[in-house]
Amino acid sequence: MAINNNAMLIRRELLTRVAQLLIDNQLIERIDRIPLEMRPRGGDHTRCCIHKDRAVLKYKLMGILGFNIHDEQDELTPLSEYARQAHARTQLTDVVLTVVDEACSSCRKNSYEVSNLCRGCVARPCMVNCPKKAIHFAGGQAHIDPEGCVSCGQCLKVCPFHAIVHLPVPCEEACPVGAISKNERGIEAIDPAKCISCGKCIVACPFGAVVEKSHLVEIFRTMQQGERPVVAIAAPAIAGQFGADLGRIRRSFRMLGFADVVEVAYGAEVTARTEAAELAERLAEGAPFMTTSCCPAYTGMVRKHLPELQPYVSHTRTPMSYCAEQVRQQLPDACVVFVAPCSAKRHEAFHDPNVDYVLSFEEYGAWLIAAGINLNTIEPDTLDGLPPAEARAFGASGGVTLSVKALAPEGSVRDLQISGLDKAAIKQLRAFCKAPTANFVEVMTCEGGCINGCNVISNPKIAARQLQAAVDKAPKIA
Amino acid sequence: MDKKIEVRICFGTLCHVMGGAELQLLGEALPPDLKKHVEIKGSTCLEFCHQQGQGQPPFASINGRMLSGCTLQSLIAELYKELN
Ligand code: FES
Repeated sequence: MAINNNAMLIRRELLTRVAQLLIDNQLIERIDRIPLEMRPRGGDHTRCCIHKDRAVLKYKLMGILGFNIHDEQDELTPLSEYARQAHARTQLTDVVLTVVDEACSSCRKNSYEVSNLCRGCVARPCMVNCPKKAIHFAGGQAHIDPEGCVSCGQCLKVCPFHAIVHLPVPCEEACPVGAISKNERGIEAIDPAKCISCGKCIVACPFGAVVEKSHLVEIFRTMQQGERPVVAIAAPAIAGQFGADLGRIRRSFRMLGFADVVEVAYGAEVTARTEAAELAERLAEGAPFMTTSCCPAYTGMVRKHLPELQPYVSHTRTPMSYCAEQVRQQLPDACVVFVAPCSAKRHEAFHDPNVDYVLSFEEYGAWLIAAGINLNTIEPDTLDGLPPAEARAFGASGGVTLSVKALAPEGSVRDLQISGLDKAAIKQLRAFCKAPTANFVEVMTCEGGCINGCNVISNPKIAARQLQAAVDKAPKIA
Repeated sequence: MDKKIEVRICFGTLCHVMGGAELQLLGEALPPDLKKHVEIKGSTCLEFCHQQGQGQPPFASINGRMLSGCTLQSLIAELYKELN
């Protein structure tokens, strides 16, 4: 989700600087200087002092180099050593998010507070309505007993003076599955058993404390070795991200050193056809409904948190998976890099035998900057062909439904679309399992679909328009 | 005749990635009293990014005056300043 704020700008600056050092082949030699260059002596700082700022930048860089912050053995290990280890690394993990504990500000526990606006009124609706009797009056004002309070928010709703405020923990609020919570030191920690890698915590944290581990070093290394052709496969949502048409995007990848670029929409076409056939088959066999499988954060949520929905999840593979397989069949030794809108795809890619690495939209943007490529001023490539319009539409909510409806017998699909997975939507899905009201359920974890993933660049409103322009240029699915 | 203000927004990739993508919404974000005075133009690169010491992207210009670190809100505030 593209939200303009300083945490996002710092992340993009760090990515750009790392990409620049990789282009210059100077990563090991110069990475330790990045925190000093970004927070020079005598300059501004955002935390308590310049040294704290630099320490936080160091750990964010450690995440960008692909390490878990909590794996640190020795605080004195310099970034150059991590860069050396990253260059030599041959194994990845499916843990894609890491929390920079230096950056986590240990937000106060999710709580409700009485502000000075409290008038100590006679009605005292907060006290009367508190189900836990956790409010008392002293000194003419209400007080909340933190031991008794269960954060139900009833007091906030009933106070006529708006004197009660809610102090949320932004990452915990954003996480739809309760996977991030405080450890014994009050620092947020992600529970991998619950996490669905959606990246909502990355966007929500105002301190930028959650970092997505990057594969930039691995991608550069493979290119520099020159032994395997590096092929980018770009998610349909990319069409709405850079204000540039797909011809220019294709040219830019080749300028960056990729041997080829393939639209994942070609894989989406296979997903659409397979899913439409699967839906018809399941309904014929008497299944009440089927739900989509292309959003890995959603399918992860079902697997980990809503097992009663699991039998209804389509077995059709994702567009990325089909597209990577197509590339692998043509170029068996290719290094396949999926260009992705969100961190959940990085998790999915780890488990896909045909995808080697992931490059997020942000990392691609940072790489363009470092390479001095302006998408607006380069000549566009001609595209090899056009995937169907409905396949390109997978980049936004409603795209899967659109394509399945186009391929299914007229009037046979009664759909329900959930665009944005939060706690309420999970509740809705739980209820839906018991009493289905549709026979096809499309769920996208991000509101609006992949054009609003945690790694996107454009405002989703603009992205939706630009994606639609790419959809309109393509022929209808037949 | 209404006073006309020309605002040029940089659509260059550097500006776009470093927060400028949001500025494409300026036309929709303009308050009605500003709308009739403002003419919005895009630029493939305003060339400020190549000059040292010009501040941070994203860049824009109002009647030729360079603005750095732009947000929708800062541009609207600058447009009001220019109008008055
Ligand atoms: S890219 Fe914006 S001024 Fe050059």
